[in-house]
Amino acid sequence: MKSYPISIKPYGQNAVLVEWPNTVDESILKDILQFIDSFKELNLPGWEMSAAYNSLTMVNYYEEIDHEEIKKIITNCYSSNKQFEKKPKQCLWRIPVCYNLDFGIDLEETCKSLKLSKEKLIELHTSFEYVVYGIGFLPGFMYLGGLPEALEIPRRKEPRLSVAKGSVGLAGKQTGIYPQDSPGGWNIIGSCPIPIFDPSLKKPCFANVGDRIQFYKISRAEYDLRKIECEVGIYKLEKIRLNA
Amino acid sequence: MLKILKSGFFVTIQDLGRFGYRDIGVPVSGAMDDVSVKNANKLLENEPNAAVMEITMTGPTLQFDSSTYICLSGAYLSPTLNNKPIENYQVIKVEKGDILSYGRLENGFRSYLAIKGGFKTPKVLGSHSQYFPITQEKCLKNGDEIEYDETNSFDSLLSEIKMENHFEQDYIEVFKGPEYSLLSDRQLAQLFSKIFTVSKANNRMAYQLSELIAGHKHSMLTSGTIPGTLQLTPAGRLIVLMKDGQTTGGYPRILQLSKASICMLAQKKFGDSLTFKLL
Repeated sequence: MKSYPISIKPYGQNAVLVEWPNTVDESILKDILQFIDSFKELNLPGWEMSAAYNSLTMVNYYEEIDHEEIKKIITNCYSSNKQFEKKPKQCLWRIPVCYNLDFGIDLEETCKSLKLSKEKLIELHTSFEYVVYGIGFLPGFMYLGGLPEALEIPRRKEPRLSVAKGSVGLAGKQTGIYPQDSPGGWNIIGSCPIPIFDPSLKKPCFANVGDRIQFYKISRAEYDLRKIECEVGIYKLEKIRLNA
Repeated sequence: MLKILKSGFFVTIQDLGRFGYRDIGVPVSGAMDDVSVKNANKLLENEPNAAVMEITMTGPTLQFDSSTYICLSGAYLSPTLNNKPIENYQVIKVEKGDILSYGRLENGFRSYLAIKGGFKTPKVLGSHSQYFPITQEKCLKNGDEIEYDETNSFDSLLSEIKMENHFEQDYIEVFKGPEYSLLSDRQLAQLFSKIFTVSKANNRMAYQLSELIAGHKHSMLTSGTIPGTLQLTPAGRLIVLMKDGQTTGGYPRILQLSKASICMLAQKKFGDSLTFKLL
């Protein structure tokens, strides 16, 4: 297992920021996830950890951190971690998207500026597996990386005051799903009928950082059916375990 | 039940926060000025995490339907119980039918109403703290009824404390943030010599400051943010994330407020001034 140079920075009285090399790379993300697993095994009380791209924010709300001490603990944990070849659990989620123009309010304009037919755009969007590099901005909002270059398009010049929950959008090198109604500047190309974040569930967000997402196209009729299935609680997302 | 006869400007139920969900993007929430909350709960001999009412700027009118004990803290909004003035940091008995209302804002910005045993609103993801859409409502509204336990007698160890208002100082104590080293000499000089004022864009998510400092062109990968993180936008605007702030951000995190300074900033309002002091 490759070892990276990591830096450990104090982040106020209750948090530490651990940083890996400054690049978007799935193997770095996996290394961070593996570190999280090893750190959890230390059973130190009160720690919450969240990974995004090349960094890990570690917060302890219960007590003030002794920054010298935690730096040693993290350094030791990271180097001893390398002796084992444990792989973090990762899943591939297959997520339905309806690219109907009722939902994909920017689809025609996006096709025009990317010089793609609607069919080609949908084919491209659904043929890649996207990596969840982080969850933030809104509860359950996934930063998805791995978009093909042909789908890279700048944010809209004027953000919308409200983008509907479930909207699937494109912006820069990213694609994503709005988990709730929210202001936003992404180009909306479709909608996902599955709730991405449901606070009434024990696990409100099905995905974890490090998982993969692949979209597949559904018709308007199937969208409506999935929506009803979700409301009555009988829909199950398709999940494939990776590196099991 | 405590009935909200008139809801005021922005009133929510808060405890100390919703812990354990930042990895799926859930803000920690909780009382903005948790020092005031802990003191009020201590006087009532409640758990530190007992749910309280957070009252911003203008107070509600509230009616109790059974006996209990209350304690007010934080900003002083000239509260009255059945039209008689009452003070902060006193254990006060209330009876069925009593009406608590508020008047002029004398100091601070956020006032707290703690109640014996805490408010009994349902917990969502382990916390009473209101944050939409984790909780169904973002704040309390006219006619809402909030559950609490009836308490007929309570011999408190302390019936009042004299508190110096912990939020009246005008400097904010900060630590270096993760991207502090990106700051130029000019930016540093501005940051630690200018007097800043709280802009109109201030709420439970973030406080923006009115004055700009020199801008920058650094772009960074999205990374974690926490309450008290001070971000610098490319245009040179300073934004302090507060309790409902998002868990990730893409602007350089130049400073990190001390815990005490988060409480202090939470008691500042539009137009109030402050300076930064590096710890």
